[in-house]
Amino acid sequence: MQVLTKPYGKIEVDERQKIYFPNGLLGFENLKDYLLMDAAQQPFYWLQSLDVPEIAFVMINPAIFRHNYNPEVSLSELEEIDLSVVDSDNVLVFSIVTIPEEHSKMTANLQGPVIINRDKKYGRQCISTNNEYKTQHYVLEELAVEKDSVC
Amino acid sequence: MLILARKKDESIIIDDHIEISIVEIKGDQVKIGISAPRSVKIFRNEVYLAIQEANKAAANSGTELPSLDIFKHP
Repeated sequence: MQVLTKPYGKIEVDERQKIYFPNGLLGFENLKDYLLMDAAQQPFYWLQSLDVPEIAFVMINPAIFRHNYNPEVSLSELEEIDLSVVDSDNVLVFSIVTIPEEHSKMTANLQGPVIINRDKKYGRQCISTNNEYKTQHYVLEELAVEKDSVC
Repeated sequence: MLILARKKDESIIIDDHIEISIVEIKGDQVKIGISAPRSVKIFRNEVYLAIQEANKAAANSGTELPSLDIFKHP
């Protein structure tokens, strides 16, 4: 199917990339149909609204800078997208990223992870109950700390 | 919005199984106790607002993404 995207204009995508968010995203509750696609640059992904082409979110896998990321979301939130546990193969966890002009200052939202049921193609922005996680984590700073701690 | 007046140690019951009690009143701060099943999600409103703000900021990001290099040399 052909889709108009914010980053790449009109492109051909696979129907299976569609993800339905029954509750939308916080602040974007009316937009429920999205497309999940790899960005041209790794390790980023795009979550593209299918309703409004101008709305698209950049996401990353939070594990790349937080190996032990555990958002501890409530079971009822997972059940809304037909999941029972967060650590199964069927679960994808993403953080939405904000990229300012100075790219090195990009931040990731670890407090509101986007969780996707891969089989059923359902998604939900959950809320972490872990107080350690905020809406703005400086990805590159934390990546540097993580590297140091591994060495 | 339903508005109820409560004193310290009084409570209200919502939907038979959620109890909200006034634990302490001190100046302009009220401590609220909430007893609810684990499946009930309870968050400060600020958490929702913060995530909404973060989403809006993210949606306003440009489409130019950082190159891989910044991950190699942070």
